[in-house]
Amino acid sequence: MSTNFKTYRPYVSPFDPCKPILEKAYSTPPNLYMGFQPPNLPQFTPMEALRAGTLWKPLFDTWYGPLEPGGKGGLPQ
Amino acid sequence: MWLYEKKLQYPVRVSTCNPMLAKFLIEQYGGADGELSAALRYLNQRYSIPDKVIGLLTDIGTEEFAHLEMIATMVYKLTKDATPEQLKAAGLGDHYANHDKALYYHDASGVPWTASYIQAKGDPIADLYEDIAAEEKARATYQWIINLSDDPDLNDGLRFLREREIVHSQRFREAVEILKEEQGKKKIF
Repeated sequence: MSTNFKTYRPYVSPFDPCKPILEKAYSTPPNLYMGFQPPNLPQFTPMEALRAGTLWKPLFDTWYGPLEPGGKGGLPQ
Repeated sequence: MWLYEKKLQYPVRVSTCNPMLAKFLIEQYGGADGELSAALRYLNQRYSIPDKVIGLLTDIGTEEFAHLEMIATMVYKLTKDATPEQLKAAGLGDHYANHDKALYYHDASGVPWTASYIQAKGDPIADLYEDIAAEEKARATYQWIINLSDDPDLNDGLRFLREREIVHSQRFREAVEILKEEQGKKKIF
């Protein structure tokens, strides 16, 4: 199972003007790994699928911003 | 021909009066990687692509117009009751001077939409790779707009649209797989 984001640690200079972000992250959604969609993948129920934006559970990925209360998922800020 | 259903693909709710979000959302309306660019790009590329993937471009291009309509609704709700003073405070004074509260196809910094945002190269692989890139760029744009927004209802709709970008990218990638498939592939030795 692939992860929906990856992280890296950029170089931090001793003379950086702002407080450095030690770890940066970027999104790697599931479509990058699926190739041609295999048959018989698990599905959401129709009502769930309408809300999720996809019928297929393995294609679902979400994103919450740093300003949202209790926001999980997305990237660590 | 199109059939129009007078409802949105996903319900648009906006919970806080924050016209500044409209300024950011307009990036997905008339920006380079916005829904208008996507719809026009795919529907135009259909004519010069192998038959096997024309239907995919029709379906996705049509859905992009449904997304355009959702973005328009969000922008409209965020601006329709704002005073000129509020619009000015939200960074939309220049928009108001030119357009009142009308929507217009420009990006978040006011650059008007142009056809040079989209390409039709006539080469099926080149065109589909552009489409995949467009979906990933639109997905990233939704991420950054969500990061700028503290409106949970608005973000709910934006999350739906981001997921659709992922699904579209997946389908375009599958279209490439279909087109690059080796002919007569019964490789039995």
